[in-house]
Amino acid sequence: MTMESVSVKNLDLNFDSVKVLNNLNLGIEQGEFLVLLGPSGCGKSTLLNCIAGLLDVSGGQVFIKGRNVTWEEPKDRGIGMVFQSYALYPQMNVENNLSFGLKNSGVSKSEIAERIEKAAEILQIKPLLKRKPSQLSGGQRQRVAIGRALVRDVDVFLFDEPLSNLDAQLRSELRVEIKRLHQKLKNTMIYVTHDQIEALTLADRIAVMKNGIIQQLDAPQVIYNKPTNLYVAGFIGSPAMNFLQGSVIGSGAEAVFQMENACISLAEYGANKTLVDTPHAVLGIRPENINVKQNPIPGKTITVVTDLNEPMGSDSLLWLTFDKQNLSVRIPAEESWETGTTCHLELNIPKASIFNEETEERV
Amino acid sequence: MADSAVVHSMDGPRGPKPRKMLSRRNIILYGTLFVIAVYYLIPLYVMLVTSVKGMPEIRLGNIFSLPLEITYEPWVKAWSQACTGLNCDGLSRGFWNSVKITIPSVVVSIAIASVNGYALANWRFKGANVFFTILIFGAFIPYQIMIYPLVIMLREMGLYTKLPGLVIIHSIFGMPILTLLFRNYFTTIPEELFKAARVDGAGFWGIYFRIMMPMSLPIFVVAIILQVTGIWNDFLFGVIYTKPENYPMTVQLNNIVNSVQGVKEYNVNMAATLLTGLVPLAIYFISGKLFVRGIAAGAVKG
Repeated sequence: MTMESVSVKNLDLNFDSVKVLNNLNLGIEQGEFLVLLGPSGCGKSTLLNCIAGLLDVSGGQVFIKGRNVTWEEPKDRGIGMVFQSYALYPQMNVENNLSFGLKNSGVSKSEIAERIEKAAEILQIKPLLKRKPSQLSGGQRQRVAIGRALVRDVDVFLFDEPLSNLDAQLRSELRVEIKRLHQKLKNTMIYVTHDQIEALTLADRIAVMKNGIIQQLDAPQVIYNKPTNLYVAGFIGSPAMNFLQGSVIGSGAEAVFQMENACISLAEYGANKTLVDTPHAVLGIRPENINVKQNPIPGKTITVVTDLNEPMGSDSLLWLTFDKQNLSVRIPAEESWETGTTCHLELNIPKASIFNEETEERV
Repeated sequence: MADSAVVHSMDGPRGPKPRKMLSRRNIILYGTLFVIAVYYLIPLYVMLVTSVKGMPEIRLGNIFSLPLEITYEPWVKAWSQACTGLNCDGLSRGFWNSVKITIPSVVVSIAIASVNGYALANWRFKGANVFFTILIFGAFIPYQIMIYPLVIMLREMGLYTKLPGLVIIHSIFGMPILTLLFRNYFTTIPEELFKAARVDGAGFWGIYFRIMMPMSLPIFVVAIILQVTGIWNDFLFGVIYTKPENYPMTVQLNNIVNSVQGVKEYNVNMAATLLTGLVPLAIYFISGKLFVRGIAAGAVKG
């Protein structure tokens, strides 16, 4: 068994009487890139601050490299942190910003110079070393902030929404750079974001959080293809997953998904052996897992009316109406459908997800 | 097409739209400002003019007229010869007493209050809110209630009528408002800076001296102005907690102006008053620019 780089055991955190984190457990492998993903107020930044030691926990333990650091100061935990607002010391130039932490821990002058040199090389901020933070652009500031974590030569990097203050283009540039940095350094990285694109592109594993609880912790592909509950299914993916309401009847090869005026066979559904009759179920299917057909195939298609076409460049999004609900389907960019046409959708059942509407869990 | 349009527009008159200086709006605005300015400046004018007149000229009674003959004798007399009681060494004694009171009081009160404010804003220790509430409550209690207990406390400490005693008094009374001032300023400094410094291994004092203080020049200037003018102009505590040879300038000024023996030397009184007011005035003029400057630029996205 490999030693976990960071692990959080039964963590509780209360602000006065509000339980922000409740009995939270999380293990992160050495060298893993873990993304904490969730909407604002879900406790993801709070969890990161607990790991960093910037918030005192109400219960539970935090281990870094097998060492119990629950009550240790942030500086003794072997972490480097990058903040959303960059948090550069405004009165110091870039070089002093980078060396501040090293001077505090008594690193020798020659060593400091060496590490700054190396970090500046990696992040391409060498020409900026003598400038003040106010003379830098947003992207440069965030590079310096990453450099400040880099020079500390730590085991674990913590990112608290580092790209949220940048404009779209810079964000995607820096995203790639962070990924490259991780491949180069092979450090453990924990990254908080509310942006699912960042999560899907960067993560080895994603932890989707809601109300202080980790909903699902898995590889991006699994999170995307096999969401564990309705919340994760709806949160991940843009455009969002389509949801059809109905009921599951039968199991195995005879299982069907019965809707008000349509019925689809679930014979190809991966877990069909374990299906049980569910009167209130939701079938979730992503826009790219639907084919548009001219002619119906019994038991495989549903009949819909086209609404509008949304060209996105590389492909188009076709919006359709089914039973007064809106569905979206990804179609090749060169195809287009006239509004009001009746057509038939073939759902790629092996890639669909079925949820129990009452428990919201995947079945 | 576009090029010719640009060239064409460059031919016409350029620069900002001209405005009439003597519009009705301007006349009313500047007229009002002028009247108010004169209203406030006249007393100062009378004081200045009177202070450089000789006594015979003052007795003529034309307080608004310019001096026929300028003499600096009243200023010299106010500074070094005016009598209060048995001492006849002028205001200079009071001036130096005030310096000896003001400088330590300002330094001590600001040093303590800024650390208080920093601890309250950034290190939310247990009971911080209770502590803060008590401190703020202190700002609303009338001074008069505390005067006599403080006399007894200073007497027991052996500091009553001595300058260090008055320094303690000023430091205590400055504490609530200054702590509030610093706390509110420090809470505007982004919390992430404080967190970053903690991750970087700076401790309580490290963060205070290396991160917070350099970013807080404007609020320190505000505090210095408040304290210097407040303590320099203080009369009540000066007269209560010191004895004649330790009287601050304000108390001595009062004694000079209100002395009942002999002739009222208006010119000396005016000069003495102006001398006493010079220090706060100088502070305003020197620090006015710093007052406005913010130096937190670059800390957060801007």
